Amino acid sequence: MYMEQILKVLETNARTSLEELAAMTGKTVQEVAAYMDECEEKHIINGYRTLVDWERAGVADVQALIDLRVTPRRDFGFDEIAARLADFSEVDSVLLMSGGYDLSLTMRGKSFQEIALFVAQRLSPLEGVLSTATHFVLRTYKKDGVLYGKDPIDERECQ
Amino acid sequence: MEYEKLISRAAAEMRPSGIRKFFDIAAEMKDCISLGVGEPDFKTPWAIRQAGIQSLEKGRTWYTSNSGLKELRQEICRYLERRFDLHYTEDQTLVTVGGSEAIDMCIRALVEPGDEVIIPEPCFVCYYPITTLTGGVAVPLALKAENGFKLTADELRAAITPRTKLLILPFPCNPTGAVMRKEELEPIAQVLRETNVLVLSDEIYAELTYGHTRHVSIASLPGMAERTIVVNGFSKAHAMTGWRLGYACGPKPIIKVMTKIHQSCIMCAPTTSQYAAVTALKNCDADIESMRKEYDLRRRWLVNALNNLGLTCFEPQGAFYVFPSIQKSGLPSDEFCKQLLYSKKVAVIPGPAFGDSGEGFVRISYSYSLDHLKKAVSRMEEFLKELGV
Ligand SMILES: Cc1ncc(COP(=O)(O)O)c(C=O)c1O
Repeated sequence: MYMEQILKVLETNARTSLEELAAMTGKTVQEVAAYMDECEEKHIINGYRTLVDWERAGVADVQALIDLRVTPRRDFGFDEIAARLADFSEVDSVLLMSGGYDLSLTMRGKSFQEIALFVAQRLSPLEGVLSTATHFVLRTYKKDGVLYGKDPIDERECQ
Repeated sequence: MEYEKLISRAAAEMRPSGIRKFFDIAAEMKDCISLGVGEPDFKTPWAIRQAGIQSLEKGRTWYTSNSGLKELRQEICRYLERRFDLHYTEDQTLVTVGGSEAIDMCIRALVEPGDEVIIPEPCFVCYYPITTLTGGVAVPLALKAENGFKLTADELRAAITPRTKLLILPFPCNPTGAVMRKEELEPIAQVLRETNVLVLSDEIYAELTYGHTRHVSIASLPGMAERTIVVNGFSKAHAMTGWRLGYACGPKPIIKVMTKIHQSCIMCAPTTSQYAAVTALKNCDADIESMRKEYDLRRRWLVNALNNLGLTCFEPQGAFYVFPSIQKSGLPSDEFCKQLLYSKKVAVIPGPAFGDSGEGFVRISYSYSLDHLKKAVSRMEEFLKELGV
C-alpha cells in the first residue's frame, strides 16, 4: 500500500528525500531505500528526470510527434521495429498505439529541418515503415501533469 | 442613525471569529504563504460536479421539500449505516445549508435562556456565539494537552450542572486533530446516560481519520442515539465546501422542531447541491479514500518536520490540522503568529482563536500541496533560528 504512495510522491517530485518518504509513509529510511532499489532493479522506476521548459531556458529546441504506420513482422509483431526505432538516440519515446496508425514517436532536434531530414533519411527508408506523419510542437502548455510557466493559484478566499 | 443603540445587544456582543481577524492582515500581504485555510484544496470530485450540472440541464431548479430531497435523505441514512453503523430513517434526517446550519438549528431547537451548553475547547468557533445569541450560557471546558485534547469523563462530570442542556462533542477535532476512540467514548456515554443532557456530535470530519480504526460515533453506543444529534456534511470529506450542504440526524421530535425552524429561516438547502450529493454518497467512496490518503502523507510529513523544528505535536489522528506547541519560542500564541507573519510572511492561526485553552499552540492546516508545506516549514525554520531557539 505504502509502496504505491512512494511511487506517486516520486512521480511528482523525484527530489523527495528518503527521510521525507520515510516520514510520509511511517516506514524506516532503510525500508524505503530497499524498496526503491527493488523498483529500480525491476524497472518499475526507470529514471529520475527534470522537467525543463527549454523554450523558457532560451535554448533553441524543436519537438515533434511522428505517427508511423508499419508492417508487423511475423512472430515478432511490432516489437522488432519498435526496438530498432528506440535505438535512435534522437528519439525520446516510442509508443505502440491503438487507432489509425501503429507507432508514435516523440523526438527533439535543433531545428525543423534537422527533424525533417531525420524522418526523410533515416526513418522512412527503414524496412517495414509504410508511412510517416510529422507534427511539430509549437508550444507546451502542460506536460506530465505540470502546467508550464504557471504557479497554481490558490483561489480559496475564506481563511 | 445611532446604529449601536439599534443593533440587538446579543448580536453586538456575539464573539467574532478569531480566525478572521488574523487573516485580514495576511490577505493584504504580498507573497504570504498561508497555512490557515479550513477547507480542502481538492476540487469536488468530477462525478459529483457532473451530477450537479446534469440536474441543472434537466431544469431541476425548484425548492425541494423542507427537510431535503427524499432520495438524498434515504442515501444519507444508507451511508451512515454503511460507514458508521448508525441507524436512522429519512424522517430523522434534516438536510441543511452546511454542517453550520445544522449546528445552528440544533442549538436553537434546544437551548432556552439560561440553559448551559458545555463546549470542550479548543474547538471550532461557531458553537459559542450561536449559544449566546440564543440566550444560552456557553460553558467552555478546557481540554488538556496531556490528554491529547480528548474529553474525559471526570472533566465532563465536573462541568455538568442542573442547568446543563447540551454537550458539544466536536471530534474529530478542528483545530487539534484529536479523535475519540470507542473506549474513550464509552465512559463519556456512561456519564450522560445518568442525565438528561443531550449531545450535539459534530462529525463533519468523520471520514478523515488516520491510523487503524475508523471514526466511531457516540450515537452508535448503547442508549446514546436517543440523546444525540449527529451533525455531518459534505464540505470536508467530499471537498464540497462551496456547495453548502450538510445534515443532522437525531431523535424524531428534535429533528421535527429543527425542521420547523429551518422551514422559516431557510426553506430548503440548495437544490443543485442536493442532487450532486446523492451521487457523492452513492458513487464516491474511492474519491474520498484517495483524498484521505493524500492528507495522510502530508500529515505524517508535517508532524515529522514540526517535531524536528522543536514545535512538538502529539500525532493528530483526524481532520486536516496539526496543533503544535510553540512553547519553545517563549512567545504567547498571538505574538508568535504576528511575528511569524510580519517577518516571514507565513500565516498560521493562534490556538486561543479556538478557546483560551489553545494558548501555547498554533493551528496549521495541511490542506495544501507538499511543495507549499515545504516552503512554509523552511520559512518557519528560519524564523525560529532568528529567534535564537
Ligand atoms: C468542526 C467543524 N464543524 C462544522 C464546520 C462547518 O462546515 P460546513 O458548514 O461547511 O458544513 C466546520 C468548518 O470548518 C468545522 O471545522
